[in-house]
Formats: sequence, C-alpha cells, structure tokens
Amino acid sequence: MAEYNTMELMICTAARELEDGACVGVGTGAPCAAAMLAQKAHSPNLVILFEAGGAAPLIPEMPISVGDSRTTWKAVMASGMCEIMETACRGMLDYTFLGGAQIDMYGNLNSTRIGPDHQKPKVRFPGSGGANDFASFCWRMMVMTPQDPKRFAEKCSYITTPGWLQGGDSRAKSGLPLGAGPYKIITNMAVMDFEPESKRMRIIAINPGYSEKDVQDNCGFELLRAKKIVENKPPTKQELSILRDQIDPYRYVIGR
Amino acid sequence: MEVLAQGIGAIFTDPDADKAREFFRKKSRALKPKVMSVKEAVEKFVHDGDYLCIGGFGANRIPAAVCHEIVRQGRKNMGFAGHTSTHDFQILCAGEVFNKLDVAYIVGLEARGLSPNARRYMESGKVNVSEWTNYSLSVRFKAAAAGVSFYPARNIMGTDTFHYSGAKIIQCPFTGTKYAAMPAIWPDVSAIHVHEADIYGNCRIRGITVSDLDVARASKHLIITCERLIQNDEIRRDPSYTSIPYWCVDAVCEVPYGSYPGNMYGEYFSDEEHLREWLKVEENPEEFKKFLDKNIYSCKDHFEYIEKNGGMHKLLKLREKEFMFSKARD
Repeated sequence: MAEYNTMELMICTAARELEDGACVGVGTGAPCAAAMLAQKAHSPNLVILFEAGGAAPLIPEMPISVGDSRTTWKAVMASGMCEIMETACRGMLDYTFLGGAQIDMYGNLNSTRIGPDHQKPKVRFPGSGGANDFASFCWRMMVMTPQDPKRFAEKCSYITTPGWLQGGDSRAKSGLPLGAGPYKIITNMAVMDFEPESKRMRIIAINPGYSEKDVQDNCGFELLRAKKIVENKPPTKQELSILRDQIDPYRYVIGR
Repeated sequence: MEVLAQGIGAIFTDPDADKAREFFRKKSRALKPKVMSVKEAVEKFVHDGDYLCIGGFGANRIPAAVCHEIVRQGRKNMGFAGHTSTHDFQILCAGEVFNKLDVAYIVGLEARGLSPNARRYMESGKVNVSEWTNYSLSVRFKAAAAGVSFYPARNIMGTDTFHYSGAKIIQCPFTGTKYAAMPAIWPDVSAIHVHEADIYGNCRIRGITVSDLDVARASKHLIITCERLIQNDEIRRDPSYTSIPYWCVDAVCEVPYGSYPGNMYGEYFSDEEHLREWLKVEENPEEFKKFLDKNIYSCKDHFEYIEKNGGMHKLLKLREKEFMFSKARD
C-alpha cells in the first residue's frame, strides 16, 4: 500500500464522487484539487464551474483565487457570477464542496462569525461568499473538513450556509429548492451521509487507522451509524501520482 | 404582496425604481471625452457618505489605483458593497473608509488567508453590517440594472444569512413558491478596471466579468480605469466586443497595470509576494502604518506605488507568470 497523508486521502475520496459528465462547483484548495484529480483520473468530461465566472476549464495548476486566470484556462466560457449561479439554480449543478469554521448535525455551516453580537463579533470570518448560493441550489452538497469536536459543533454560532436546517422536512418548508441538500461529509477520519428521515449526520465509512470511537470522540454531537459501516479505500498509486506530480507539485494543499 | 418573513439587516440604498429613473433621466448621454487622472475622478465623483462598489473579483481585475486614491483622499462614512471583495476590501479597511457594509465576502483573501487589519476593523463595532451572499448582491445589481426594485432568488432562506439581511420572503403569484426578494442597489459611485476603453467610456473586458456589467449599469456614477485607451473607430469597427457603453461612464482613466497587485486576465498575474507582505505587516499595527505611508499616503499615484515595489522588472515577471502556461504546454 502506498504511503499517503490524510489530506491526500480526503481529496481522493472526494474525487471518486465525481462521475464523468457531472457538473461541480468548486472553490480554491482541496475541493479544486479533488475536481482536478477526478478530471485527470476518471472523469475527463467533468464540468468544473467557478463562482466568479470560469466555466469548464482544463485547469493547469492550483488557482490561488476562484477568479484568477487559471480558472478559465482552456475553458469553454469566461462568464460571470449570475451565469454560474443561474446554471445552479436552474438545476444543472450536481455537486459542490464547501467548508466552514463550524458544522452541525444537519450539515449547516458557519463561515460568518463566532460570538453573539453580530455588529461586534468576537471573531469575524469572510461570510457566505458563494457558499450559501451553491448550497441552496446544488443537488448534492459535500463538505471536506478536518474533524474535531469544536468544528463539529452541537450548535453553530451562526448558520451561514444551509444544510438540512433543523432536520426532517424543515429545509423543504423553508422555500429552498426541493430535493437539493447536503450529501456527504468527508473528513480525515470518516465519511458521513445523512439519515433520510431525520436528516441527521451518520457514519457510513471509516478511514484506515481510525475507529468509530475516534470519529465520535472528535464530534461535538451524537453521530448516527449506518447499518453497514465500511472501511474507506486508501488512495491508489495512480491517484497519488496525479495528485503529487501534476496537480499540486508545490504541495500548496496536500502539504498541509 | 404579503411578506412572509423579513430580515433585520439594514438596506443602505433606496430601492425605489422611480427615484432611480429620475436620476438616470438627467444623466448625460453626450458623446464627450471623459479622460482624466484618477485623482481628478475621485475628487469629482467619490464623496463622503456615498455608497461605493468596486468591480472585479477581489484581487482580479480590480481598480487598485482608485481604491488607493480613495484612501489617500481620506473619504469617510461611505457605504460599501463587500461583494467578492478581498484585496480591495483590505485597502479600504486600511483607510477606514466605510462604516456601512453589505457583506457577501470580506476579510479573507481566499487561499492566501485572512487580513488581520480587516478583521480588527470588522470586530471593532464601528461598522453597521448587513449580511448577504455573492449571488444575492449580484442580483441586487441586476435588478438595479434592469430598472426594477427587487429580484426574486431561491437562496438564503432558512439561514442566519437571511435573518441578518434586509431581504423579505414573498410568494410567487403564479405557483405559490417562496422567494427571497432582494432589493435593488443603485450605488452612488462604482469603479471598474477594464482592458480597453475609448475616450468616451466604451469598454472592452476580457476574461470573466463577475457582476461588473450589471454594476456598471446600476451605478449613478462610474469611474473606468483601463489598461489601454483605444480609438473610437476600433470600438465601432466591431461593436460586438463592447460590454459597457459610454453613457454609463463618467470618467475614463488610463492606468496600465491598474489591477496591480491583482491579476489581470491575459496581461499579468497577481503579485503574490507583495500580497503576502501586506498580510504579514498587518499583524503589527505600527509597522502597518509605516507600510501604508510608504505605499499609499506618500505616493503621488499608482505608478509611484509600482515603482516602489519592483517597477517594470516586477511587472515583466508577472506578465511571464500569466503567460507561462502557453509556454509550458503548447
């Protein structure tokens, strides 16, 4: 078995979710690396969209911004924000990867603030950017994040970006487009999905070297467990060589 | 129309479409030369208390020279659209230029990290904050560009982002579907950096346009900075390339390398070394003050700033970086 680090495993796990011909909205960093890996390894016709307007590029190397020149390298179109988000709202965006300072059991994300006073927060983060938009419109929203009990919080200080909101049918009632919502949560320890009725986060796969207990101990709320929990497959040699030699030779993302 | 729910965030600009029409009725359509310096354009069109929007995407195709000039001239109490703002936000925070803010993306510089000074300012309680998203602000400009007072969108419902916004939830009169109604923004003044413009303000943009085409049309006053002035004959030779028409524009400033230290599609890449220096020096407020004196307050214009940070040698390196893919791969 090839040696790998947890970031590499998360990227490979995420890349395997992206089938050929699908459409994915990504930001910079690990999500972009996952989309690039999928495109080079098994999904040459993966449509990659960047919120600033880059549409279906063949990305040459890691962009530093979702609006820099790399995001339109050999793209089919250099468009704008409305074009990308309208495509998503129309129902043509299959996947997106998001992250945040906090995530709760329904997959809601906080990337806005810590502390109770909105006008004078203890810690101010960037806010939604395009995250709320992608999460509202995209059929299957995924999260790639390191797992610890602070980040996986009982309650987010602030819900920037919708997951299943308060669970059950609360998202459907909110007015957000029907049928879209959080799909999988990919961490350094495990892969989670959401139980279909309650919409609560549930363990479906454990990464090599971790136990169910490790996953629960590093989570601030009680996780459900799928009937059958599998061991997540480690990265293949081919995946690792594409990732290290072509996508991130300077280790911007996988070196973290 | 019944309002089902509404956010508590402030709406900083008047969404009344008829008032906007009265303004645009009087806006000049004269085909006259509008070429001036950035200093002149900011003196003339950017005032204390105005609502400001900056084009581009944070550190890509931004009118950096205008941002510096606004800080240099000491504008205060402005409203600002924190729409895909990163390095532009960092510059405006350095001057504490605004105290009313529509937030979509602020404080961060994407993969480069968070700005310590912008965070300090946003955590100080000095800024009245209304919360939105990138798409929400895009459609607020889109509504204004179309001359209507709001735009229905299917995002933000059910979240705190809605609660701290000024949006309202309404029902579609045809289907009963819920929508978040986003109020139009007609900015008092905006600045957009483009590749080419003629002396009247007809503009050509290459690469992504973000929300700039709507921002240009929504703005009461518009300052264009361009990499190059081109002949009006060239615009008329093939009008299919024109994406902003001259009647939207109040000032045209020729500023080659005007997006520096940001990226300019097909021209030069961002100066990552310099952007890292900004982020680093902000950790120490005393050092940052000296840094601002050197890079903004003591500079006559954008070219002096560039000269101090490597001049033409640096710019040629950034051009090489922008084009290296065509070299490496083709």
